[in-house]
Amino acid sequence: MLKRLMPVAAALLLSTAAYAQKPGGRANVVIQPEPPGLMVGIIQNGPTQMVAGNIYEGLLRYDPQLKPLPQLAKSWTISDDGLTYTFKLQSGVKWHDGKPFSSADVVFSANVFLRETHARLRASLAYVDTITAPDAETVVFKLKQPFGPFIGIFEVGTMPMVPKHIYEGTDFKANPANNTPIGTGPFKFKEWVKGSHILLVKNTDYYEPGKPLLDEIYWHVIPDAAARSVAYETGKVDILPGGSIENFDVGRVSKLKNTCSTDKGWEFFGPHSWLWLNNRQGPTADKRFRQAVMHAMDRKFALDALWNGFGKVAGSPVSSSTKFFTDKVKAYDYDPAKAKALLKEMGYKGETVRLLPLPYGETWQRWAEAVKQNLIDVGIKVEMVSTDVAGWNQKVADWDYDMAFTYLYQYGDPALGVSRNYVSSNIAKGSPWNNVEGYSNPAVDDLFAKGAATAKADERQDAYTKVQQILTEDVPVAWLLELGFPTIHRCSIKNLVTTGIGVNDGFKDAWIEN
Amino acid sequence: MIGFILARLGKSAAILVAIVALNFLLIHAAPGDPAAVMAGEAGASDEKFLAQLRTQFGLDKSLPEQMALYMKGVLTLDLGYSYRQQMPVADLIFSRLPATLLLTFSAFAISLVLGTLAGVLASARVGSWADTLISTAALIFYATPLFWVALMAVILFSVTLDWLPGFGYETVGAGYTGLRRVLDIAEHLILPALTLGLFFMAVYMRMTRASMLEVRGLDFVKTARAKGLAPRTILWRHVFRNAMLPIVTLAGLQAGQLVGGAVLTETVFAWPGIGRLMFEALAQRDYNLLLGIFFISAAMVLLFNLITDVAYRVVDPRIRAS
Repeated sequence: MLKRLMPVAAALLLSTAAYAQKPGGRANVVIQPEPPGLMVGIIQNGPTQMVAGNIYEGLLRYDPQLKPLPQLAKSWTISDDGLTYTFKLQSGVKWHDGKPFSSADVVFSANVFLRETHARLRASLAYVDTITAPDAETVVFKLKQPFGPFIGIFEVGTMPMVPKHIYEGTDFKANPANNTPIGTGPFKFKEWVKGSHILLVKNTDYYEPGKPLLDEIYWHVIPDAAARSVAYETGKVDILPGGSIENFDVGRVSKLKNTCSTDKGWEFFGPHSWLWLNNRQGPTADKRFRQAVMHAMDRKFALDALWNGFGKVAGSPVSSSTKFFTDKVKAYDYDPAKAKALLKEMGYKGETVRLLPLPYGETWQRWAEAVKQNLIDVGIKVEMVSTDVAGWNQKVADWDYDMAFTYLYQYGDPALGVSRNYVSSNIAKGSPWNNVEGYSNPAVDDLFAKGAATAKADERQDAYTKVQQILTEDVPVAWLLELGFPTIHRCSIKNLVTTGIGVNDGFKDAWIEN
Repeated sequence: MIGFILARLGKSAAILVAIVALNFLLIHAAPGDPAAVMAGEAGASDEKFLAQLRTQFGLDKSLPEQMALYMKGVLTLDLGYSYRQQMPVADLIFSRLPATLLLTFSAFAISLVLGTLAGVLASARVGSWADTLISTAALIFYATPLFWVALMAVILFSVTLDWLPGFGYETVGAGYTGLRRVLDIAEHLILPALTLGLFFMAVYMRMTRASMLEVRGLDFVKTARAKGLAPRTILWRHVFRNAMLPIVTLAGLQAGQLVGGAVLTETVFAWPGIGRLMFEALAQRDYNLLLGIFFISAAMVLLFNLITDVAYRVVDPRIRAS
């Protein structure tokens, strides 16, 4: 009897939940800067992902603990040897133009389209031997060798599904369809008035019953940070995604009436900031100097004063929200005396080091000034070099710096977002995101390779614990903070951030209470 | 007159070509390129990715080759393609031009009319409280940074008083049409147009006042007064007409900035115009787009210089004679 009642009770619970969630309404969101395009298979910058996460979908999404959740794949199995990944797709999925979505689209997206256009995914796909579609609702990825983070590469920004019937046989980047993106997601592209706004409307044919709840999303392009705060205050926009306004405004704006803020929804990205230290030349080539820099910086001050306490002091090259993080590593407290002692020991003679701030707005400028002051306090001579984004890119990519601010995403797994900055095979001029510091250590190379080449969690943890211990001893770069980007929104907007990918995962669960 | 205009047009075309060439070289001298910027924004890149982008943007060719291609395009009035925005440059510019022209012409009209009137008024009553008030206001407007005025205006009129919208070109998503839409845009226009106009208003005022005072002391004004003409007639027909020349010069200068002179205002007020497009293109090293905007701006400056010179001849018969 009890058994028979259970489904009824469950159905009741579900229906009350569904009743409480009211469909309809419009979300007004800030988008900054204006994305260059919305075809997320071709353009992977932040604003593009944020808007396109509503239009396109991946096979999976990830919860805040980075456990996979179904999306276009309703279920999946991994073979015991870690070589075969089989995905069962949702039934009845349609592209926004009405054509059916099938396994052929998945094979095309992963094997043809994204291999051509997506630099970050291409690196992971190097482990893949074949991608096949035994039937219309099944896709099988066969790997050449086990690849630990493989189950973590199926979210929309990493492996978005693109329509085969539109792109097959065309020049992907020049296809006019890029201006009217077609995906399977909960919202459809409607209109883009450049310099003003992007309008997405509800996909009424969406395959998940009752979703999405919102009728439309307006993304407002507002180029000035102060004007973005004003836009929220005057009620023109209701959602400020992380990083939309300057940090010194965050405290004030989040105290406004009917305003909620959350720093959740970044677990998958794990934005990690550090100073590149040029390991090739000058005082930064000496390990003791680099350790001195770690002790010289008052990172807690930066966290509290510049970042409103959102985020954490970074203890390791791996973010604490990324898998296989460990805190059993050498810790660097704020200790100017120790820094001075290390500098004395190495025989630092007051050579000037050039410090390159990140040209991403006021907060970063102030942070650079704070760090400069910290370094001066322990006797390091610092010269600040100012430049714009393009100039910063070039200087870092050409190794023309001594110390340079940066922050990078970790994508949930050390093999995806950490190893790239420390392994010696990734030393190459021309990119600001690889092993720019020029650190080279065969033991570290081996451990990162070992960690990636197995699907067994304990073996991976073992390798990554060791590698974090070596790196915190060697300090190839000076880690700063695990950044926290609070999303600020009206409290009446519910379920805005539900996964570890946050607002970049689309607004299909969001609804407005009134 | 026709001959004069034709000769000037010919010279202008030559100058324009030189400007385009110079711009091209200057832009390419800046560090970084559009491919690196796009790769940078993606947060991940490899050599293949960069090479693909550079080939797509035509950056794999040598600089003289790129320049020859670009110059050839400009001479056939083809401004090229913005790979970043995935649209032809001409389309991008012309889609943004109306918003900018609406803003800059409004600011132009406001500053010219109000500035000149205030200047005449101040000069007519030199030393009075009205003169002091106008001159002080002009000094303040002249000396205050534009973006600060803009931000303060937003905070006062939009956040605190809630009288006027603080940003944007119109109410997005309201679906207004016809007269309602015109009023909506006008409402959005007030703050940015006033902000942009204030500086030039102050300049016109000071210029007019000084010029009027100078002319007023000349002999022919004394003659007019001795003839027994009404003070009002002397002020407008004799003094003002002769004091106009510097105002025309200044108006010509300001008109030259109609396309590219509103970068700050457009940014603070999120006005979807050319100025912002230019600023973003610069940050992103979107070479073709930036060059296209420079081209249009330079053409506007040359055009308004010509118009100014023609206006001199209309206003002042002495120039016509020489």
